[in-house]
Amino acid sequence: MTELSWTEAQPSRGGDADFGDYIELLKPRVMRLVVFTAAVGMLAAPVAIHPVIALAGLVCVAVGAGASGALNMWWDRDIDGIMRRTSGRPIPSGRIAREEALALGLTLSAFSIVMLALFSNLLSAGLLAFTIFFYIVIYSMWLKRSTPQNIVIGGAAGAFPPMIGWAIATGGVSLESVLMFALIFLWTPPHFWALSLFRNDDYARAGVPMMTVVAGFPSTRRSIFVYSLILAATAILVAFTEIGGPVYLAGALILNARLLHDAFWIVRRDEDQAAADGMLREKRFFGFSILYLFLHFVLILVDAILRGLGAGFASWPVFG
Amino acid sequence: MRPDTHEIYGRRKSRNVGLGVSLAAFVLLVFAVTIVKLGEGAMMEGFDHQIRPSLLPQTGEG
Repeated sequence: MTELSWTEAQPSRGGDADFGDYIELLKPRVMRLVVFTAAVGMLAAPVAIHPVIALAGLVCVAVGAGASGALNMWWDRDIDGIMRRTSGRPIPSGRIAREEALALGLTLSAFSIVMLALFSNLLSAGLLAFTIFFYIVIYSMWLKRSTPQNIVIGGAAGAFPPMIGWAIATGGVSLESVLMFALIFLWTPPHFWALSLFRNDDYARAGVPMMTVVAGFPSTRRSIFVYSLILAATAILVAFTEIGGPVYLAGALILNARLLHDAFWIVRRDEDQAAADGMLREKRFFGFSILYLFLHFVLILVDAILRGLGAGFASWPVFG
Repeated sequence: MRPDTHEIYGRRKSRNVGLGVSLAAFVLLVFAVTIVKLGEGAMMEGFDHQIRPSLLPQTGEG
């Protein structure tokens, strides 16, 4: 058998993927948000950090996030192949062998944690290690397939990056970094529950007990509204800390008014109304929630820049 | 079709180039961090069985 006929006979390209396939294995879209929130956590901190150390720290956070993505794809390879949204990923589509994903994920995890400890400090490296552990073992292996609260608790994994960024700059944890954590932690459930409202079939087919599958749509709609209320209160609270300011407050008021407006529409609709317009409001809520989180961190960054330029409000009320 | 024009060679080349660029970037990053840390006065202590200044008792002199 020639090499050509052998390769063409194989359904899987495991072992001969191109570089882009490995990048895809690291979930670059998730990585972008992780790097951005970590960078904001770092820049909002009251301690100046050398740009090279900041860059090195962010590279480690990015690689750690990518490693988590690879390990998640390794573990979820069976259900990824069933769900439409994930069936094109490198492992279910046969471009990368699952053993390769495991090896890459473990190697990059260890590499990113050790390098972050060397580049910055042990606390940030410890937080990165815990984030990877939490995402893979607590969320992917344990919670995801066993409880409808999977995304509520598992959301913590995505919430750690700004705390890591803050720890890289300051070497510590503070009220501000905990509030940035809380912002993402409380945002995660309504974001993914909105997705599960219009992707319920996918989750049900894969046997993932999302709230829509286990508790039904009306209960999920109520939960989205309740979590949006708690999220909005937390987001406004951030304005009156060291990382907040007038720009943040003005932006957060607009964004949270829109969030609550959209969440209100979601909770008052029934399934007949939702089916009539093809889940338009649910899809809109999901899309807006991505922008919502991104803009909150942009606002934190803007106030940090203004403070850095000496244009911040000296008499801005701050608690804590 | 020549064997060396098969898509598998393109994929291997892409992988090799990507890995090479990643390694080069890593080397540059370590180098840059080293320069910055030394520039900021990070303590250099060789593991060569000599007395380490940071372990000596502080006398408050000098």
